[in-house]
Amino acid sequence: MSTRLATGGRLIDRSHHVNFRFNGKTMRGHAGDTLASALLANGQTIMGRSFKYHRPRGVMTSGAEEPNALVNLGEGARLEPNQRATTTEVFDGLTARSQNHWPSLEWDIGEVNVLAARFLPAGFYYKTFIHPRPAWKHVFEPFIRQSAGLGQAPKTRDVDRYEHFYAHVDVVIAGGGIAGLQAALEAGRAGARVLLCEQTAHWGGRAPVDGVRIDGVPAEDWIKETVEALEKMDNVHLRPRCMVAGVYDHGYITAYERVADHAPGTDAPRHRLWRIRTGQVIAATGALERPLSFPGNDKPGVMLASAARDYVVNYGVSVGDRTVIVTNNDDAYRTALAIKAAGLDVPCIVDARPDADGPLVQEARALGIPVKTGMGIANVKGLRGVVSVQLCRQAGEGAVVENVVCDAVAMSGGWSPVVHLWSHCGGKLTWDADQAFFRPDHARPPTNQDGAGFVVCAGAADGALHAADTLRNASLMARKALEVCGKSAPDALVSQATAVAESPMAPIWVMPQGAGPAKRAKMWLDFQNDVKVSDVQLAAREGYESVEHTKRYTTLGMATDQGKLSNINGLAILAEALGEDIPRVGTTTFRPPYTPISMGAIGGEARDEIFQPLRRTPIHGWHEDNNAYWEPVGHWRRPYCFAKHGESHADAVAREINATRGSLGLLDASTLGKIIVKGPDAGRFMDMLYTNMMSSLKPGRCRYGLMCSENGFLSDDGVVARIDDDTFLCHTTTGGADRIHAHMEDWLQCEWWDWQVYTANVTEQWAQIAVVGPKARAVLEKLGSDLDLGNDALPFMAWAEGRIGGFDARVFRISFSGELSFEVAVPASQGRAFWDALHAAGAEFGATAYGTEALHVMRAEKGFIMIGDETDGTVIPQDLGLDWAISKKKDDYLGKRAQQRSHMTDPTRWKLVGLETLDGSVLPDGSYAIADGDNANGQRNVQGRVTSTYHSPTLNRGIAMGLVLHGPDRMGEILDFNTTKPVARGEAPGTVKARIVSPVFYDPEGEKQNV
Amino acid sequence: MSDIAVSALDGARAKGIVAVHEMGLQGMVSVRADLGEAQTARAIADVMGAAMPDPRRIAPGQGGAVAWMSPDELLILCPHAEAEAKAASLAEKLAGMHHLALNLSDARAMFEITGDEGALRDVLSKITPADLSAERLAPGEMRRTRLQQVPGALWFETPTSARIICFRSVAQYVFDLLAMAAKPGGEVGYH
Repeated sequence: MSTRLATGGRLIDRSHHVNFRFNGKTMRGHAGDTLASALLANGQTIMGRSFKYHRPRGVMTSGAEEPNALVNLGEGARLEPNQRATTTEVFDGLTARSQNHWPSLEWDIGEVNVLAARFLPAGFYYKTFIHPRPAWKHVFEPFIRQSAGLGQAPKTRDVDRYEHFYAHVDVVIAGGGIAGLQAALEAGRAGARVLLCEQTAHWGGRAPVDGVRIDGVPAEDWIKETVEALEKMDNVHLRPRCMVAGVYDHGYITAYERVADHAPGTDAPRHRLWRIRTGQVIAATGALERPLSFPGNDKPGVMLASAARDYVVNYGVSVGDRTVIVTNNDDAYRTALAIKAAGLDVPCIVDARPDADGPLVQEARALGIPVKTGMGIANVKGLRGVVSVQLCRQAGEGAVVENVVCDAVAMSGGWSPVVHLWSHCGGKLTWDADQAFFRPDHARPPTNQDGAGFVVCAGAADGALHAADTLRNASLMARKALEVCGKSAPDALVSQATAVAESPMAPIWVMPQGAGPAKRAKMWLDFQNDVKVSDVQLAAREGYESVEHTKRYTTLGMATDQGKLSNINGLAILAEALGEDIPRVGTTTFRPPYTPISMGAIGGEARDEIFQPLRRTPIHGWHEDNNAYWEPVGHWRRPYCFAKHGESHADAVAREINATRGSLGLLDASTLGKIIVKGPDAGRFMDMLYTNMMSSLKPGRCRYGLMCSENGFLSDDGVVARIDDDTFLCHTTTGGADRIHAHMEDWLQCEWWDWQVYTANVTEQWAQIAVVGPKARAVLEKLGSDLDLGNDALPFMAWAEGRIGGFDARVFRISFSGELSFEVAVPASQGRAFWDALHAAGAEFGATAYGTEALHVMRAEKGFIMIGDETDGTVIPQDLGLDWAISKKKDDYLGKRAQQRSHMTDPTRWKLVGLETLDGSVLPDGSYAIADGDNANGQRNVQGRVTSTYHSPTLNRGIAMGLVLHGPDRMGEILDFNTTKPVARGEAPGTVKARIVSPVFYDPEGEKQNV
Repeated sequence: MSDIAVSALDGARAKGIVAVHEMGLQGMVSVRADLGEAQTARAIADVMGAAMPDPRRIAPGQGGAVAWMSPDELLILCPHAEAEAKAASLAEKLAGMHHLALNLSDARAMFEITGDEGALRDVLSKITPADLSAERLAPGEMRRTRLQQVPGALWFETPTSARIICFRSVAQYVFDLLAMAAKPGGEVGYH
């Protein structure tokens, strides 16, 4: 059992108690505890269940690499699954629940999986759930999802806020251990802009725990002094609780700051994602201890030696009364010494090396701790905790030679430098055979845009594990990084660290080395995903030679901890099974983020009202106040219709159309694109942009035009007004404004750079209101104008500038409804006032605001095409019968050449027609006209499709437009269109008959708009 | 038209770590021309009493300022009521050379953000990827940049007062962004 010691604990404040709840039970901890240390202090050694076999698991580590102790943290609006207890700072009122157990953590029904483990080997899913096919979806997958999986997904909205923060620096230092601090000193003195990030709340890393002395004083004192010195430097910024998460191209770095995780409910944002541009990255990320692979190494009570030491020294928590140490290196002896110093027992140190005689070993022996060299662990006894360990010869097959009673095991299989940040952008690794780890290959760093390396590893991350080497290495590597930035630190004495010397470790990948299949099936490599030595060996036997394939087949390293503990052990086993060298097998790819970061941090402030920018016209507020039913159009929101109380949307649309055709309708058309094209070459440019002739347009007149891509496809349409000899105003569709402006600039900047043309997107300068209907002129004249709005002075397709009702106005006589229509543009600042004035003056005419659906129906009644309905990127103007808008006189325009290609001139291209159902119903949108026979895929042949379809209140029947094979030549013919509605219950969907007619359903002579 | 003309947010305000204020109607004239031509410089001097700004600079002038926007574009800031006349006057003085002078006052919104120098730069650093350290963006320089999901321009009038220009249609978005970034509790302490 674990418990709180009477003394010790450098990170906790014993005078400050906090209460928290775990699985509904109230527990007590101290300020400064992590959830893991507080749970151990309360004797809670089982913290979770494994993913596949539901084995009881205790905490394995004391840091970010933790695979086992994952909890559902918080409740309701603050619930977050898969939080590592080892990196969660405990606070008053914290609630946590263990994961992946049913019905309880202590007794889990899924634990039978352990008994069935021999039937759940690597690749189990792939082998087992093949047949019968439908069973996967209906039987196997639901079962697996119930039994596997980690935490619960939150069901309520997150109440916290998140944000991004952009920073620009010369050097980012990841890690605030002694190497990071030393690097920061160098960079700070060199005058570089430095950002030093530490993932925990504490500076100094593990040097104080390991008894390191620097410049003759304990590491802790040096750390304090150094942090104070760095805080005094204006060019150095220190950021605790901030983990460098990812390294990306061009020196782009993300760092994850947990601003308020330890103090929820304050007004601070919970997480902040730092988005940093840096010249150089110094990864002082330290090293992670590796487990040893012996049978039962996953039982609660077995943990890393460094973790056992951390809990004693940092938190004053003992992990057991009698802790057996098992190791292949000297460092683990420090744990024995620390435990002994805390007044607890170390029954023995099991050292797999044949000999051990370093200074640390001697110190342990001097304290009377038995050191058993050449030995290993053959088995760990105990079901939900450790009762004893059975020792064997490391060289043998596991015959038990001794049983040692204990309640905890601290293991160490050596250390691996944290090379993640070096590797994120492609830095290569080299195998250090002496120390049995991968470290950065200095000759092959990740490179930036100049081809120069932009990441260095410093200290333990560079393989300089021993404190005496760490500081020297950190200084050296920092200076290397600074040189690339063009900075140099003044020469200064590098602090000298001292620690007890260590003798070499021995690479031990399996314990005992000759273990048989039964023992290998109990040696865990990946604790979270339940991958064992036997699984990797099976994968190798089944032909998985690549480490990347083995990873995916066995799921080794695919859990939330991304193999931080299992990576090296797993590939060493794989290499052995393949008879290869470890460096030849290589590692899997390290990808950002280093540890999981919250979705909230990634989203930043972009949620709710500011999830996306919402573009608002000057009249948007009126629409909101008048119950607009919104339709998103790009980032705008346009009113689809304005339903009155109790009115359906269809009724509202019909009312709006009838009012407009009957008297007066008002449309907020401000979103339509408006682009100024000006210059001596403007006419020539316009002739290239549009398919018809624009250069011949007279000032004061308007002309409808089409724009195509260079591939000939219809891209946008709209009315062009000529302002003066040099200047055109191009109206585009709402969605086309930015796109067409970019299209113009593309051609001007890349192809016709010598043409004298300037463009400006003036869409938002103007509020534009369509004043439509038989009373349109009357309402404008009532407002009063210095313009003659009569049909002679301002005929259809003319425009004029003047004042209407005291507003500065441009009036365009254009119509998309077939009615008498004036589009009036006023400066945006006057838009709302003008809209209100039109309603006031139009009240006697029943002025009615109409939305986009009424607009669409009215244009469809007139047979006007709509970009995005009749066009879909594959349609050319000729398909739509718009040949009249294509100049035959011009030598060229964008799309002309393409439209001459054989496919474009093919007479079998489907062409635009009107469609009228025989029964007056509305054709389904996107419906196909069926033809005789089936195609090669056994699908029914088709001969046309519906492009837009509506109920016309004017004609009181369904109207539609569509593209039909030889359509214009087949007027009056009747086609069958498919529907999705079954003819009768259980029957196949039926068809609906429609007649091919002219697309102009309303006022074909155009008499109404020309009054 | 002052009685019927309103800016996008009609002078909205928010207060937090820093104060945010939509500045109401603001005159803006966009000028495109060859900035190296003497005629252009003369026109700017005549109409604004300002020297041609160097790249990325914003130069004070009579009743406003002239900002460099791109190698062939300037932005004139002036009282809203004068913008139309200034655009016409510039067009007149640039006659004979290829140019474009447009009153675009109503296409934009302008914000004033005030507060302690460090807090001001911290708040703005939450919404723009531009380098806002004092040595990289001092008063007198304008940055055209991104305000999270929309384009914008920003500069410091003084160390404790910044200006932001964005498009009118997204004024509410930018205001909400700024208000959120300035929310108490979000102090960063970086700048």
